[in-house]
Amino acid sequence: MSSTPATIHDAHGGPAADAGTSVIGSFGHTRTPEFEKRLQKRYRKERNFKRMGQGAILFSVAVLIFLLGNMLINGVGGFQRAELAVPIDFPESGLVGDETSLTASSAVQVLELQGLPEIVQFYAEEALGEEGAAQLSRDAWRDVAAALQGDPSLIERTHTFNLAASSDLASGLSGEGSAEMQALAQRLEERGVLSEKFDGGFLSRSDATSPQQVGIWGALKGSILTMIITLALAFPVGVLSALYLEEYAPRNRWTDLIEVSINNLAAVPSIIFGLLGLAVFLTIFPNFRSAPLIGGLTLALMTMPVIVISGRNAIKAVPPSIRDGALAVGASPLQVVFHHVLPLALPGMLTGTIIGMARALGETAPLLLIGMRAFVATPPDGFTSPATVLPVQIFLWSDEIDRGFVERTSAAIVILLLFLLLMNSFAIYLRNKFEKTW
Amino acid sequence: MSPIALLLIAIGLGLAGWLAGRAKAWSFQKAEPNVRIAARPVYHAWYVAAWILMPLLGFLIAWSFLSSQLITYFVLQSPAADSLPAFEFERAAWLDEARNVALGNAPGVFNAGAEAFIEPFEAAILRVNIIGIVITLLIAFAGAAYAFVRLSPDFRARRKVEQKVMWILIAASLVAILTTFGIFASLVFETVRFFNMVSPVDFLFGTFWGPDPMSSADSPDGSRYGAIPLFWGTIFIGAIIAMIVAIPLGLMSAVYLTQYADPTLRRWVKPALEILAGVPTVVYGYFAALTVAPMIRDAAVAIGLENASTESALAAGVVMGVMIIPFVSSMADDSIAAVPGSMRDGSYAMGATKSETITKVLFPAALPGIVAGVMLAVSRAIGETMIVVMAASTAANLSANPLERMTTVTVQIVKMLTGEGSFDHPATLSAFALGFVLFLVTLALNFVALRVVKRFREAYE
Repeated sequence: MSSTPATIHDAHGGPAADAGTSVIGSFGHTRTPEFEKRLQKRYRKERNFKRMGQGAILFSVAVLIFLLGNMLINGVGGFQRAELAVPIDFPESGLVGDETSLTASSAVQVLELQGLPEIVQFYAEEALGEEGAAQLSRDAWRDVAAALQGDPSLIERTHTFNLAASSDLASGLSGEGSAEMQALAQRLEERGVLSEKFDGGFLSRSDATSPQQVGIWGALKGSILTMIITLALAFPVGVLSALYLEEYAPRNRWTDLIEVSINNLAAVPSIIFGLLGLAVFLTIFPNFRSAPLIGGLTLALMTMPVIVISGRNAIKAVPPSIRDGALAVGASPLQVVFHHVLPLALPGMLTGTIIGMARALGETAPLLLIGMRAFVATPPDGFTSPATVLPVQIFLWSDEIDRGFVERTSAAIVILLLFLLLMNSFAIYLRNKFEKTW
Repeated sequence: MSPIALLLIAIGLGLAGWLAGRAKAWSFQKAEPNVRIAARPVYHAWYVAAWILMPLLGFLIAWSFLSSQLITYFVLQSPAADSLPAFEFERAAWLDEARNVALGNAPGVFNAGAEAFIEPFEAAILRVNIIGIVITLLIAFAGAAYAFVRLSPDFRARRKVEQKVMWILIAASLVAILTTFGIFASLVFETVRFFNMVSPVDFLFGTFWGPDPMSSADSPDGSRYGAIPLFWGTIFIGAIIAMIVAIPLGLMSAVYLTQYADPTLRRWVKPALEILAGVPTVVYGYFAALTVAPMIRDAAVAIGLENASTESALAAGVVMGVMIIPFVSSMADDSIAAVPGSMRDGSYAMGATKSETITKVLFPAALPGIVAGVMLAVSRAIGETMIVVMAASTAANLSANPLERMTTVTVQIVKMLTGEGSFDHPATLSAFALGFVLFLVTLALNFVALRVVKRFREAYE
């Protein structure tokens, strides 16, 4: 990659390159000083041009690394939360319960009636002092109840629970927030009862008002449900219309209209699909505001053109000899396509579909417009219940004022990027494994 | 009975028809082993199944709209309906609550008055479900009977089935036209409603944007709906700042990757650029708002500019430019690759250096393609939403200072439609008018760009 004049000459000169330095003498009369100067200038320009190219590449790669690194470093913090260690002596507390009563569906209410909240509060004060216990989140006893439900034998012994601290204390621990909180956090940390711990619950909880209590599962499930609808609608329609346009469609005005529509739809900004969803789908189904069904429907319209375009390319790549061979042995035009062309084009179509789905998974704007931005604190339990999706959740958290959300947002971004990476690598794998050059 | 359950029933009936059709075709074969039947049994099977499933699917789609209205109708017909409050809003709330309890979606009603409607709702739901199942069965049997009497040894089932499949293919490709039409119709419809309230002249040429969703909807103040600042903000961020970043960087990386880089480097850098293109826009928006914008503000303050904003147009524009780099790069890559090799070889033969060949031969020859690529990139940038929603401001501002707050068309669409405004208010409807302008502009840009690309390809083929 050195850029001396000789190598550049070499790149497109061939034999002249050797002559360049050694034969200067004999061609002296053409290589006047002005010529030499001009040549030097041209070579300098060449070097600068090449450096500009390297610079452009370097910039793009640097931005990519900075972006991903930034998210990853912040995201690591998002998978942790400040937790207070509270030992609870169940036999002493007088809490009663056995395997059957603790695993029953009413267990949480029963425990609440038995005074579990007060018990937790009491032991917290004992372990953390009054000030510290005040920073235990009010719903901490629910975590204890859930732990008891998961393992009823806990009730027979003393167990130390790691319970979420309030977001004020959490920001105190990370060196932000008010001075008192920082001091309190420092005291508690020195006593070993407050620490940053890996928060596995982040993957199983849903949205909440406090960054200490939020989780990503609700949004993730919403995304999955939405993607199922999108795939179920966009894939068949996309594949069938690609087959029709590429294999059967006569060349006429209607076909042209279809092609123009598909190309336009592929280029229309995604927010316009949101306007369509709002004006059409929500007028037809006013009860399904912010349901995965409507979100999936809107995204399907957006994804379909991508599938059609990639599908047509995949069909085009199947050599005509296959069709001729099938026709020659008596297959009907439909059999030719469904028995021979489609199976051969399918890997290419799947690749295009996955890429389209990855785009749909990261799409935010149209879903904002059709109302998938509501605060949804429980995971959706069907295609018609209110839900939110990962990118919208990221958008919502990024708007929160509480500093604790910054790391949570990055963690959610890391999960979203992970999913996209998985989908894209699967697409590349499919392409490499099944791609045939005829 | 939910539409899903009816769908499962329909599929079951279709399967039964399929099996029966095939059995009948086999029976022809068995009765006269020496005669060839005109189509293979499987096509007879599909013929019967199609006659059961296709009308049923049509019915189910209609039924999923109809059934809930039918339930409400039956409830309103019941004697309990007399006790409904006259006030429309309250009435709807009562009915909704009772319906949810009857469907088992809610544990109880909030308004005591709605209690009386739970029972009528349950009765109506039962009635409608029975009607649904009966109609489903009737349609299935009618279809099956129609198809079944036609089966015979010389019945050309395959041609019939293939005709139907062809119709399905055509229907699938019509979805694209329908979608385009749907977008166009809904945008035009709402835009006309908006222009009935606010004059198009005020909208297109006014220079002050400040719709007030809380004001009275009857006499909107047209002077608050001037969209020029939005158009300017969109152009400034998407077509000027973003392109100043994206065009040189995209073009130079395409040139370097295709003309200079060795294959190993290309193998690594190209996927990296693709990753850059695949990052969701909400992530870019977060990056712009959280990292780039404060950085730019601090830099501006450091060189002595006091009024720099953290919602500056510059931050959104630069990040958008980065997002567009891979797009410009791949378009430039394609157009440079389409220039015939003989032109490049000719230039080298005359003793030109690589950079001279690129700037004086390849660029001019590939210019139409590059220009088209830039137009497509601009159309993407102005339609981009999340970066500007998160990093740009919502305050409209007609200014040429990139460090000032600025807003775009897409930001305002999101702002107007995610508020609490009523659907009949001009502030809400203005979002559709803005969307319509955006739709037309991106369409025009794409149309021209694709034309240019097509002609350019033809010139060298």
